Formats: sequence, C-alpha cells, structure tokens
Amino acid sequence: MKETWSRWIRRSRRRYQRFNWATLNIDPWLLLMLLVIMAGGLMVLYSAGGESMVLVKGQALRLLLAVAVMLCIAQIPPRLMMRLAWLLYLAVTLMLLAVDLIGSHAMGAQRWLEIPGLFRFQPSELMKLVMPMMLASYLARRQLPPSWMDLIFCVLLIVIPVGLIADQPDLGTSLLVAASAVFVILLAGLSWRVVGICALMVAAVMPLLWFNMHDYQRQRVMTFLNPESDPLGTGWNIIQSKTAIGSGGLWGKGWMQGTQSQLEFLPERHTDFIVAVLGEEFGLIGMMVLLSVYLLLIWRGLYMAAQAPDTFGRLAGGSIVLTFFVYVFVNVGMVSGLLPIVGVPLPLISFGGTSSVTLLAGFGILMAVFGHRKMSPR
Amino acid sequence: MRRPHSSLRNTERELAVFRRRSLLAALIVLLLMGTLVGRLVYLQIFEHDVFITRSDNNRIRVEPLPPNRGLIYDRNHQVLAENRPTYNLTLVREQADNVNQTLERLIRILALPDDMYDTLQKRSRQRQRPFEPALLLSDLTEDQIARIAVNRYRLPGVEVEAQLMRYYPDSRIMAHVLGYVGRISQEDEKRIDSGNYAGTHYIGKTGIERFYEQELHGNAGVRRVETNARGRILREISRTPPQPGKDLTLTIDKDLQAFGARLLKGKRGAIVAIDPRNGDILAMVSTPGYDTNQFVNGISSKAYQALQQDTDLPLYNRAARGQYPPASTVKPYMALDGLETGAVRPSDTIYDPGYYKLPNGDRRYHNWLRWGHGRVDMHRAIVVSNDTYFYHLAHELGIDRIAPFMHKFGFGEDHTLDVWGAGDGLMPSREWKRARYDKVWYPGETLSAGIGQGYWLATPLQMANAMSVLANRGEWVRPHLAKRIGDRDIEPPFPDTPPDIELENPEWWNLIIDAMQDVANKTEATGPGREYTMAAKSGTAQVFTLNNDQKYNAEELKEHLRDHALFSAFAPVENPQIAVAVVVENAGWGSKNAGPVVRKLLDHWLLPRLKRKDKPGLLDQPVRESTQDVHD
Repeated sequence: MKETWSRWIRRSRRRYQRFNWATLNIDPWLLLMLLVIMAGGLMVLYSAGGESMVLVKGQALRLLLAVAVMLCIAQIPPRLMMRLAWLLYLAVTLMLLAVDLIGSHAMGAQRWLEIPGLFRFQPSELMKLVMPMMLASYLARRQLPPSWMDLIFCVLLIVIPVGLIADQPDLGTSLLVAASAVFVILLAGLSWRVVGICALMVAAVMPLLWFNMHDYQRQRVMTFLNPESDPLGTGWNIIQSKTAIGSGGLWGKGWMQGTQSQLEFLPERHTDFIVAVLGEEFGLIGMMVLLSVYLLLIWRGLYMAAQAPDTFGRLAGGSIVLTFFVYVFVNVGMVSGLLPIVGVPLPLISFGGTSSVTLLAGFGILMAVFGHRKMSPR
Repeated sequence: MRRPHSSLRNTERELAVFRRRSLLAALIVLLLMGTLVGRLVYLQIFEHDVFITRSDNNRIRVEPLPPNRGLIYDRNHQVLAENRPTYNLTLVREQADNVNQTLERLIRILALPDDMYDTLQKRSRQRQRPFEPALLLSDLTEDQIARIAVNRYRLPGVEVEAQLMRYYPDSRIMAHVLGYVGRISQEDEKRIDSGNYAGTHYIGKTGIERFYEQELHGNAGVRRVETNARGRILREISRTPPQPGKDLTLTIDKDLQAFGARLLKGKRGAIVAIDPRNGDILAMVSTPGYDTNQFVNGISSKAYQALQQDTDLPLYNRAARGQYPPASTVKPYMALDGLETGAVRPSDTIYDPGYYKLPNGDRRYHNWLRWGHGRVDMHRAIVVSNDTYFYHLAHELGIDRIAPFMHKFGFGEDHTLDVWGAGDGLMPSREWKRARYDKVWYPGETLSAGIGQGYWLATPLQMANAMSVLANRGEWVRPHLAKRIGDRDIEPPFPDTPPDIELENPEWWNLIIDAMQDVANKTEATGPGREYTMAAKSGTAQVFTLNNDQKYNAEELKEHLRDHALFSAFAPVENPQIAVAVVVENAGWGSKNAGPVVRKLLDHWLLPRLKRKDKPGLLDQPVRESTQDVHD
C-alpha cells in the first residue's frame, strides 16, 4: 500500500517536471497576476454588490470564459494574426457602421449590435484589439521608422473607426482605441520631431472637439473642473467617490464595512466606480497592493512584448499592454478626481463581461506572441 | 518568414528602438502610477479627516424626538386639555417618485376636493430639512386610514403617522382661559428655538397654552440614525429621550366655570371670581364661547370668518380684555380716596337736589334718581349709589388725587401674573389726556370719573381684583391662573406685586365694607335668605351718552346701546373666600340683572363649603355636589 503511494507520487512528480507551460504558450507569471487581480476583484464585487452571490457567480463565469478565450487565442500563430488583421479591421469597421445605422440603444448611447436570438455585443470593444493588430500588421511590412506617408495612412486607418465610435457616442472607448493606435506608432519609432508637430496639431484641434461634444460630455468636463457647483446633480458621483476613498484612510473601514458603498451613496459602485469601494474598505494599503500588481503585470507585459520575434508581435503586444495601463490610469484617475469622468471600467475588476473578454483576449495575443518566439527564426 | 521591406540590420535597429521606447513607456507608466499614489495619499491621509466627516454626514441623520405636551387640569384635577392619539398623513418628498402624481392620487383615493391640491403642495414643502416628513393631513378617519393602507404601494413616500393631538373636552366654556394650540406658523418660528421645535407640529397660540408654552412644550430629544442614500433609516446610533412638557394645574374650578357659563347662557358678558386669600382665579367666564378644538389643525377660512363676523364677538375675551366703564362699582374706592386724602369725613353730608352743578357752571350733572336723595352722608351715598355725592367728592378731590389712588387698586394697569393678553383698562389723568388728545382736562370730566364713567375703563378681571384687594383690607395678591406647574407650586409672594394699601385709619376699611354689606342686604337679588355675609356694589355703565334733557328709556334704545349691568361683591365679610365681578352687556340695571348672577354664583361656591365649617380642615377641599339649577 505504502509502496504504491510513494510510487504514485514519484510518477506524478516526474510528469509535472515534464509539463511545460511554454508548450501551451502560457506565461505562468502573467496568468498568476491576472488571477490575483480577478480574485481580489470578485471579493470587492461581493461587497460592492450588496453581498449578492448572484452577481459574483455571474462575473466569475464571465471571467472564466474570458480566460478560456485568452488561452485559445494564445494558440494562434502571430503570423496568422498579422495576415488576418486586414480582414478583421474591415469586418469590425463595417460592424461599427452597422451599429450607427441599426444598433440598439442602451443608456442613451448606441453601442450594441444585436444578432436576434443569439447575442448582442459591442463592435467597439472588438476594435480595441483589431486596431493595434491592424497598425502593427501594416507597419511591420513597412520600412521603420515610419515615413510621413505611412503616418498619413495610419491616421486614416485610425480616424474612421474612432470617429464612428465617438459618434455612438462612446468617448471612453474611442479614446482607448485611439490610444492603442498611437502606442503602435510610437513604439514603431516615429521620430520625436514628428511626434512634437502632431501634438501641436492636436492641441490646435482641441477647441473644435469641445464644440462637437454632446451636452452630457461637456457637462462631465465642467463637473470635473468644479464638482461642487452641482453637488446633488452631476457633481454627485465625483464627490461621493472622493468621499469614499478619502474616508477609507490608511487601513480602510474593513471588508463590507464601507458606509459610502453599503449605504448606496456611491453610484455605479460595482461597475465604473468599484475602485472607490476598494479604497474605502481597504484603504491606502489596499490601493497600493492593487496598483503594485497592475504595475508588475504591465512590467511583465512589456518584457514579453520586447521578447517577441517579429515587429508585428512587438508593436501589437506593446500597444496592448500600454492600453491596459491607460484603462487603469483613466479609471483610478477619474474616480479619485484627477480626470474628468469617462466611461472606462477598472480592468478585470469592474462588473461587466465584454471588457473582461476583450482585455484577456489582448493578453492572449501577448501570450501567443511571446510563446511563439522559439519557433521563429531570429 | 517573408520580410518585404526590412533587412537584418534594420531588424536590429528596430529592436533597439522598440526597447528604448518601451523603456521610456515603462518610466512614464511608473511616473503616472506615482501620480495616482500621490493622489491617493492626499485623499486618504492628508484629507482623511475631511472625508470621514463628510461620509459621516452622509450616513448619520439627527432626528428630533418631540416631547409630549403637558396636560392641563383644573384645581380639582379634572382634565381641561389632553393629548389624544390621532393619525396624520405625512409625505417625504425625496421618497416620492413623482410628488405631483402622488398628491393627485391621494386626492382621488381620499375623495378630497380638487382645490386641496395646492394646499397639499404647499404643506409638503413645509419642513426644515430634506427627508423630513411633511404633514399633509391630520386627524385621519378610520376609513381614510384603511384607504391609504390598501393603496400604499401606489403612494411612495406617504406614511400614516400616529401623533398626539391636543383636545379640549370643555372647549366652549374654557376657550378664553386655555386658549388653544395650532400649527406653527412662520411668525411663531421667530419666537422659538427651532431645534427644540424641530419635531413639534403645534404651539400655544393664545391663553394659558401660549403663556406657559415653554413649560407645557418640554424639551425635544434627539436620536442619531444611520440612513442610506435614499433616506431610509437602517439603525439607531444613539438616543437622547425628550423631556415631556410639565403638567399644569390651574386655579380654575371647572365646576364653577361651567356654572358661571350657564348663568350667562345666551347673554354677552363676563364673570371673574378670585380667591382673595391667594389670588387664585377660580372662574374666568366670557360668553359666548367658541370651540377651540377647530383651531388645533387650522380652522377653515369659512368657519373663521363666521366667528369673526358674529356680532356677539365670541373670539373676544371679555373677562380679561373687555373694557367697560366700571360705573358705580368704583364708589367704595372713591369714598376711601376721599377719606384717605382728607377731602371728606364720613359724617359729612351734602344735599342732593337730583343733580350737581359745578361752581360757576350751568350744566347739571344728574343723579340717577331724577328727584334726588335729599341729604346723604357717605354711608347712604354708597348704599343708594348716590351720584351727586360722588360728583361732589370727585370735584373736591380733583383728578390728580383720584388717578394715583385708583392705580393702587390696580386700575389702569395689568397686574395679573399669567393671564395672556389681559387688558390694561384705562385710568384717565391730566397727563394722559394731554398725551392722547393734546387737550386740557376739564373739571366736568373729573365728575364723570367720580362715578366710574367718562374715560375710565376697566376689565372685569380688574374689577374683581380691586374687590379682592378691598376684601383683604388693602393686601395685594396678584391674580393668577396657574396653581402648579409640574411639581412646583405657584404661590404668593409673587414678583412685582404692587404694594399693599395702608390707610391712615384702618377702621375706614370697615366703614366702607359696612356700607357695601348694606348694599348686599338691601338688594333684592342678594339680600333675602342668604346664609353668609356679603359686601357688594352694583353698577350700571352707560354705553350711550344722553343729551342733557334726554331721558333714558331702555325700550326705545337699540339693544347694543343699552346700559351694561355690573355687579361686584365678596364674601364672607369676616374671612373673604371669593371676590366676584360680573358684567352683563346691554342688560340694563346692574343690581337687577347682574346681581342675581353674583348671588347664585356665591351660593354655589360658598354654601357647600360653609356647611362643613365644623370641619375646618375640609373647608378648602374640592366639593362635588350636584349643582343647583339656574333659571335664566
């Protein structure tokens, strides 16, 4: 009996030693950090959602699905992605066009495309992945650093889908898509002189942007500049979220003890403003832990992108990681009152399926790029 | 792998560029993360105190706990004002999805008139802070409560709230004594501590309810509760219980008050009865009365108009505010004035031809008996109420010696301790006339004052009080309505009591009281069959001034121009227990019309008490015997 037992252990140990994460294109460090964030997120969600297991179960299921999607995408060879980028770009742009024409409404904005009886989804979410792939794929075939002609072509590629998304209107997503594209171009080595000129041009165009904004978007900016001007109306969200974070102090009020969230003073507490719940209940310490894990994740991501065997992989992977950071920065910045309120969720923690799937799919691409490096010639 | 536009060298360079740029990106990421951390440190460490206060203010609400209003009893512990549980309808505007719609529904569900909508809108805004329930309707009927209960789900923010409401069981006879409470108006808010009244709906508006408002109201408590963002209370954090208002025991004897009201039934008039020994106001009747209960929750403008336009003036507190010429009831005080100042001696006589003429004057000032009383001395002048004698006396004294002496008896000033809104009356003087009319005082006006007419006005309360001072042989006690507040007795000496009247010769008191006893004995209503001693003086106040040659004919004059009947008395003479003043408006001759009222009242009060004379300890005990019937 004892004999059989020790033999079984020995055999499984040997099997474990033979098991190689790399054969499945999985980066264990990245996976670990993602799982840590998601587990912490579920814990905060349980508190923010009024101790409802239903909410947590639903979210856990979605995350599980998203992890599955990530692992599947990790198996796709980057070369194939590069070739398919054009096709995907065209398809998603057409879908965005379709949303503008026939999409269904939610919360005053037109974002969803519905396939009756099956499901509905937001093509703009897909664009977050397709945009860096498209630009990386284009620039990977060009002489780098990109020329003026390349740049103009890229801007054209960017402006069409971003314009369509902003028109829905979905300022948050359009900004994220634009950012992911800009990251590709910057990582491709666009000369700083050109970057400077472009920055000046954008600054000149800003006032025009103001006049093209929707009223509620302008209101958000105004509220950001002076939230006390309308404390019970548009300023409510930001005042309450700052109060939640600030009242958390160093150690926080304790899990499920946050009065701002438990007593429902904090709006959108399980979606966009969930970080305020974390700040209130776990204090500065909890926030530092979260931001540290995010930082490690980004560091690991950038390292993985730098290890990529080809230009496409590097550019796409790097852009995806940096876009992920933009999520974190914009969300925490807006909830703590550093930035105006833009509808950007806290990645992997805010309740909601679509963004989690997109984000993890992005990490899937990164894993694929990193995992396939040994098969490509250097 | 096919690389159309890149060579190996380029790939190396690309990689280097990428590494540089991603390193730069990583640095920027680190910098921005640092910014976030800085922001968090600012919010969570440096501004922590500000935000913890703000979050507590969010969740913790301080709610007032209104105290129960003190009850009011009469001297025999019979309830005069009580608190009855009633059901009120309240609305929290913040909890109603759509206030307008909710109010419309309410009107339909309760079948209220449509014009109530604006009233309800107004009431729903009358509160001091958000999430505070505003009172919409009070005193709901069982049927209304049932209708609300059935439709509750359609009426978010609407609650039926149990509340204690003031109720006056004998409101008609007690109206002018007690006054009433009503909803707190904007005007009331100026005189109250809004914190103490935060949960209180009612406040004393007039009468005792107003005068002892502070004691009756008590002190509000507070409780701190935790609420969620929608204002729903989740738990109580702390509680300071309210201090209920103090119970108030009045000096009023409800039985005597009711008896007096019955005596004046159907008439306009006032009765004030005071115990001279301690200043207790035993009865303060003003007829007609009115139902004060309708004021508690706001009287309808129609009903209020009806009360205001009633020619009998039911809202008018005749006993404390009514201003009447005291007429011949002042003659005893005038006689005392004459003795004290040395203007006359008791034995001095005058001849009364039926009128008095000022020296150097032509105008005749008539005695009430046209052909005169012949030769009269002071005693007879009081007994027959001879006017000529007092014209003469007044002329000898002059107004400058009359007014100050009458002030000693309380005329011209309010000396009550706690009668809300008691009138001052009017004691005319040379200075007063100059200030008021900018005219000199005429000697003829002194003559009118000598018989309690002319400018001289007094309230029934002042007349009874003057009688009480006389009964006490000059000793003052301020008349008062409160006997006990909580467990504190209200007893003399009271602050600001006017000085006792000390005559040069104290025998003069008895001289005057003797004459008043004769008045009581010789008056048809008060004389025969009496079982106790009594001193009295009648009076007949002119409402309408006759021309010199006119004769007074009650039948010819319109009712409201007829004379007021007055009668003042105290009894027993040896140890006075009660002093009374009665005014019956437009009733005519005082002794004939007010006298019987006084007699019945004194009989009612004294007979049961005197029968127990052999048990002195019980003399002041409450008496509960069937009241004798009064035939009006």
